[in-house]
Amino acid sequence: MSVAAVFFYLFAGVLVASAFMVISSRNPVHSVLFLILCFVNAAGLFILIGVEFLALILVVVYVGAVAVLFLFVVMMLDVDFVELRQGFLQYLPVGALVGVVFLVELILVVSTWATAPAVAQFPKAAAVGGAAISNTKALGLVLYTDYVYFFEASGMVLLVAMIGAIVLTLRHKVNVKRQNVSAQVARTPETAMEVVKVRPGQGI
Amino acid sequence: MSWQDTLIQVLIILGASLALLVALLIFIAFILLADRKIWAAVQMRRGPNVVGPFGLLQSFADLLKFVLKEPIIPAGANKGIFILAPLVSCVLALSAWAAIPLASGWVIADLNIGILYIFAISSLGVYGIIMAGWASNSKYPFLAALRSAAQMVSYEVSIGFVIITVLMCAGSQNLSAIVEAQNGRLGLLNWYFLPLLPMFVIFLVSALAETNRPPFDLVEAESELVAGFMVEYSSTPYLLFMLGEYVAIMTMCALGTILFLGGWLSPLPFAPFTWVPGIVWFVLKLCFMFFLFAMAKAMVPRYRYDQLMRLGWKIFLPISLVAVVVVASVLHFTGTAPQ
Repeated sequence: MSVAAVFFYLFAGVLVASAFMVISSRNPVHSVLFLILCFVNAAGLFILIGVEFLALILVVVYVGAVAVLFLFVVMMLDVDFVELRQGFLQYLPVGALVGVVFLVELILVVSTWATAPAVAQFPKAAAVGGAAISNTKALGLVLYTDYVYFFEASGMVLLVAMIGAIVLTLRHKVNVKRQNVSAQVARTPETAMEVVKVRPGQGI
Repeated sequence: MSWQDTLIQVLIILGASLALLVALLIFIAFILLADRKIWAAVQMRRGPNVVGPFGLLQSFADLLKFVLKEPIIPAGANKGIFILAPLVSCVLALSAWAAIPLASGWVIADLNIGILYIFAISSLGVYGIIMAGWASNSKYPFLAALRSAAQMVSYEVSIGFVIITVLMCAGSQNLSAIVEAQNGRLGLLNWYFLPLLPMFVIFLVSALAETNRPPFDLVEAESELVAGFMVEYSSTPYLLFMLGEYVAIMTMCALGTILFLGGWLSPLPFAPFTWVPGIVWFVLKLCFMFFLFAMAKAMVPRYRYDQLMRLGWKIFLPISLVAVVVVASVLHFTGTAPQ
């Protein structure tokens, strides 16, 4: 068994085990932490098949930012999760149905998998050492030429979502004092202070 | 490749990692002392001066003290995560050093995407703090965890854009290649700190915020939060937090050295200076970067939280975003972009 195979079984085993723990642990914060472990192990599997750029982007975006905010929200929840779990058997058929539908869809998608001819011409890049063309470059060459419209469109979707979130949540309260930084910086010693010579025994 | 070759390779990697780890930890012991000495000198104090000559052994005495004390776990704490948090923060900080080239060829993992690896690992540093803050089951640590979650995510964004400008100039994500791209006849004038000076400043300030160093140490602001996420920690777990923090600071210093100060390259590219081994220049630059960090701690008062957020999102993010466009345009239209 090669070193890569050992690592594959390690990552895959921990991935499946922690995915199971995500849905079975009683504490929601533990669930999120197991989810993060899942992401990290998935990144490990990505590195093993030679897509190191995607692997590290997964770590930066999902583990480093999305999961942090997720954990942030879950930590502040004060919900009795034991109570929420009481209708487990009642919801089981619906959950199982959704799971089966999702599994069938995944099988359908994966079985019709095809590689674009533009991608197929790039040699497979190695994770470490001198490869003919780096993973990042190969990705960039396809992303900014053939798929540029999809790329720009997904950027616009994210921008709209971001603006929407800001519009929905930004409120200026009337009675709260706000700091005006430019007004503060524009103050000069002449407008801001007065030098007074105080004689003993007299006030100002 | 036979299994003996594999075994030998694994043993070589393990040996190199162990050597780097020991050297790094000893270096950090003295960096900790330097931090306290610089801080003291700015305030016209002497700093630690009792243990060993000039207090040189102070960090080792502190290590012994922390290790020999009893670790206390609060009764209400979530025990597993409480113990895991300092380990996570220390191990993550140390693992970033696997990809950092100390001199030409002196790197444990010469990754094609080394810069992305270090960026990813340093973005995980926030977990140690969040886990500690939540698991302590106490008010001040929890507030610190909430602060750190927002602070570290915000400043990562501007660090990311700063790194992209450097990558565009160097044309590679390999850290050794980035250093080699700064090699030239002009010596230190070839390094990226000169053409990308505003980016260097943004990187420096963001690195302070990313590692929770003063003036951005709102996560452990002692006047508001006692000691932030570390309130409930004692002995070895506390030591691991401090160690993780300083290792993360050194990682940021090393990253700044590699991206902007030419890594192991000699500042003057002629005879007596090029004979000096690359590691010496690297360590000197590392010390210079840390000196900047230490002086910022000694001289600048702590930021208020809203000011911190304003600086990150309203000033650094737009500037670095525009800088990416400007640098890309300049490289493209002057034809100086690396192939």
